[in-house]
Amino acid sequence: MITLLYFAWVRERIGLPREEVATHAATVADLIAELRLREDRYAAAFADLASLRVALDQQLADFDAPLAGVREVAFFPPMTGG
Amino acid sequence: MRVAVQAAAFDIGAELARFTARAKGAGAIVSFTGIVRDEAGTLLAMEIEHYPGMTEQSLAAMADMSALRWNLAEVLIVHRHGRLVPGEPIMMVATATAHRADAFQAAEYLMDYLKSRAPFWKKEITATGSSWVAAKAADEAALNRW
Repeated sequence: MITLLYFAWVRERIGLPREEVATHAATVADLIAELRLREDRYAAAFADLASLRVALDQQLADFDAPLAGVREVAFFPPMTGG
Repeated sequence: MRVAVQAAAFDIGAELARFTARAKGAGAIVSFTGIVRDEAGTLLAMEIEHYPGMTEQSLAAMADMSALRWNLAEVLIVHRHGRLVPGEPIMMVATATAHRADAFQAAEYLMDYLKSRAPFWKKEITATGSSWVAAKAADEAALNRW
């Protein structure tokens, strides 16, 4: 099982802040492909990868990053701190 | 080094006084404070969401990097989350060095990284609705100078 976290409009589109999923996805991109197929709200949240960022175990990562050993995957829009 | 992520308001003067007391041997201190703009009276509030855990970790990493690169005597990052109203301080950074050029540069570096690499998201609440603030290409491009 892997923990998925959603923030900002990704959280709003999917409708929940976190969930546990069972997956055999090898990479972040594979995981996104699985999620898109689940329901329309996931397809909407993951429609445009250019406007998404991902963190693996709280470190920013690329979409082709492997998921082996990862426990927490977070999806969110580009950050707007400061 | 002090890194604080908090919902509570902070006192800029008190933070800076404590920072100055910790910055032993420094000859220059630069501080920057970000304030919620009222956007010509249209903004009712700003809601700031963050990623607990990653936020603290990424801010601490930025503080460490700046301390190493500019040989900082002391570094401070305070950033709030939750609901803020116009006029309230959102965040502040302070840097202390031997000479001012390094303190200014380190503060700019921290601000550039904080804007695009710390997991905060701002939502603007107006009388007509709410919307997430979009990241600016210029903020991302600003990282290239470091």
